Amino acid sequence: MSIFNENSKVIIIGDRDGIPGPAMEECVKTTPAEIVFSATECFV
Amino acid sequence: MDLENQKRVKEITEKYGAENMIVLIGGAEAESAGLAAETVTAGDPTFAGPLAGVPLGLKVYHPVEPEFKESVDADVYEDQIGMMEMVLDVDEIVAEVKAMRDEFTKY
Repeated sequence: MSIFNENSKVIIIGDRDGIPGPAMEECVKTTPAEIVFSATECFV
Repeated sequence: MDLENQKRVKEITEKYGAENMIVLIGGAEAESAGLAAETVTAGDPTFAGPLAGVPLGLKVYHPVEPEFKESVDADVYEDQIGMMEMVLDVDEIVAEVKAMRDEFTKY
């Protein structure tokens, strides 16, 4: 069962050294969910 | 999670409601991913940011978790996440984020 549906609002907190925000955005765009915020953190 | 992002998560959750919110955490290590997951569920464990003492209880996933992987297009996943999935300690990250979700997510 998908964790996303047409009512889902998605907040993306990416990590420059892990999974960056844009990579997750591309994946979520293949679902009915809406991305409401996306950022990529950088721990240095 | 940095303070500015905590503020945004809080504002956006107030705007849209917590029930339909899903937070995706891309942390490179189990510890940092777990801390971020704890921040959006139980509240900021460092008590430094706007989510200190604010248990939002949001649904939270890391993209290497099977629940996320099975929910998105397989080819796009492979292109965008596949490489990092091989590099990261998937088992540790999954265990950490799932533990936070199981304990603190309200929805």
